[in-house]
Amino acid sequence: MNIIDVLIEQSPALIIAIPLLGAFLMPLVSRINSTVRNIFGLLVLCLTGFFVGILASDVLANGPRLYIFGAKDLAVPMVRILFEVDSMSIFMALITMVLAFITLIYSWSFMKDHDGLDKYYTLVLLLITSTLGMELTGDIFNFFVFLEISCIASCALIAFWISEGEALEAAFKYIVVSAIGALFVLFAIGLLYAQYNALNIATLANVLKYTFLDKIILVLLLVVLGMKAGLVPMHMWLPDSYGRAPPSVTLIIMGATLASFYGVLRVIFTLYGNVLSTTMRFSIPLNVLVGWILITLAIISIIVGVAMALVQSDFMRLIGFSAVAEVGYMFLAIGAGIAALGTPYATTALQGGILHLLNDALDIGLLFLVAGAVYYITKKRSLDDISGLARNMKYTTVFFVIGLLAVVGMPPLNGFASKFLIYESVYQLNPILSIVAILCSILMLAVFVKVFYAVFMGPELPAFKNVTEAPRSMLLAMGVVAALMIFIGLFPNLVIDALVKPAADALLNHAQYIGTVVGGV
Amino acid sequence: MSGMSKIVKTSVNILFPLTMIFGLYVIAHGHLTPGGGFQGGAIVASGCAMIVVAYGSKWVFKQIKEKRLSSFESIGGVGFITVALLGLVFSSVFFGNFLAGSNLLFGTTPATGSTGADFNTGGVLPLMNFAVGVKVIAGLFVIVLVMAYASSVKEWDT
Repeated sequence: MNIIDVLIEQSPALIIAIPLLGAFLMPLVSRINSTVRNIFGLLVLCLTGFFVGILASDVLANGPRLYIFGAKDLAVPMVRILFEVDSMSIFMALITMVLAFITLIYSWSFMKDHDGLDKYYTLVLLLITSTLGMELTGDIFNFFVFLEISCIASCALIAFWISEGEALEAAFKYIVVSAIGALFVLFAIGLLYAQYNALNIATLANVLKYTFLDKIILVLLLVVLGMKAGLVPMHMWLPDSYGRAPPSVTLIIMGATLASFYGVLRVIFTLYGNVLSTTMRFSIPLNVLVGWILITLAIISIIVGVAMALVQSDFMRLIGFSAVAEVGYMFLAIGAGIAALGTPYATTALQGGILHLLNDALDIGLLFLVAGAVYYITKKRSLDDISGLARNMKYTTVFFVIGLLAVVGMPPLNGFASKFLIYESVYQLNPILSIVAILCSILMLAVFVKVFYAVFMGPELPAFKNVTEAPRSMLLAMGVVAALMIFIGLFPNLVIDALVKPAADALLNHAQYIGTVVGGV
Repeated sequence: MSGMSKIVKTSVNILFPLTMIFGLYVIAHGHLTPGGGFQGGAIVASGCAMIVVAYGSKWVFKQIKEKRLSSFESIGGVGFITVALLGLVFSSVFFGNFLAGSNLLFGTTPATGSTGADFNTGGVLPLMNFAVGVKVIAGLFVIVLVMAYASSVKEWDT
């Protein structure tokens, strides 16, 4: 066995261990000086990224990979904590790593003048750890533990600008909502454990009988994870948190949000995969019921998100509401995928939803980075106070235009690829859904053209006569995101074939996920 | 927060060592009796909180710096992960218990049946308890200390 095989075998544990070790070492390293701290952070992420990369290449080639903590084999499968990595998990981990790198590079300049940065970087690394943990774990209690870590780390990061009252309010709202949600998850896990004596997702999925308690568990898990993903009517924390957190960390908080979305997929497709076709009352199958509930909530999310974005005057809060709408598009796609399970367009819808996950992270991420750059230069949040910045901030303006076109789904950019997949597949389920989605995309264009005109066009304000372009590391971060978006927009097939199709297949093929654990005993 | 009367200080002087010993006992016997790193650490930290109450946060702040405590907290966290990573090195699995049954430190295999508790067992579990203990002592103490200090600063202003 050569060294690469050993590294691949150990990588699921190391992906969690390295950022966690980095988070604990960060306060000690920060005592030396700030340059060493920045390089150390980058080094930790590079190592983690390396392990995610080799694990991804292995999982995509050889199928799901199992990691057992504390023992070499699965002698007693019920009591071991397992990490089970399939194509969907590794797709999420790759997105998280991209967001983490961009967050770190952007933070170098953006947070330069703040103090308490050792805690800031510790929390960022903890949040990355917990997000990766939620995505890679194969144990539902472990999922809950990482969910809690991500709640606490996100809450502290949202409240990082503690001198602003609104940041505290947003963080308080977030922690109350998350703590109650986490209790529901714990309750659901307790019910699962009481019934089946197991906490392992694959083992549970294998023995799940769909009793009355299982219905309650499904509802509890979907409600909480939907809330953490920002689905209307439980979205109220999201614009506050996104709008008030330092824009440099919004990306990685969004990564944690997307991990909750991944949790929804995992619960529906894997945990309840065996019972999805169970017939309910009035001979409606479970998948149709869950699918249509998700579609309904998704359509409301899209409409509410866009409509609320239309009336906002706070730049970052506005982007927060458009993030709610984007989450709606993802839920619309997977809802259609579940409702029409088994048909060819259901698979297309699922692929569209999964690709949109990546695109949403990049599009909304780029807009937040631009909003952060504008805030960094002008120290103003309200659209009414900013004007005519295009004269002095040329690159930022270009990046904003790219983000704007991508988020509304204009053809040469990445948003088009995924939204088109969603429109064409959802149209086959019900044309009205598609029409609403397209109309809301057009409304989104109106929202962002308004922002573009308000911030970058218009008369030059005397206060901003001498503003300069954003610092280099922020431009680099925005440039990387923009380049990725253009690349995905021009060659969507490369990404779909390499990452999205295996991810969708892994979700649909829950027998393989279960067999990796249960078959191995 | 300023110090309290001589009676309180003397009582704390007598109680403090006992609290410490009990807390350290709970940490050290984590693998044998109820409790462990977190619970014992909380006991030790509450002993330290007693000192803060009796002698006042300003006096305690002169004796120990909050930065040093936060380094101790990091060292506890790093220690925990390091033991887990050593498991990866020595038994080729993360969190592997490489000391159990090795007849080295904490390496005795306990006798089965109704026997007295053998302290020298448990493998890496006691080491992890120590790491968690250090982390919890430093973490809880620094929280109590900074809160007491910050509230006393507010007193000065008004």
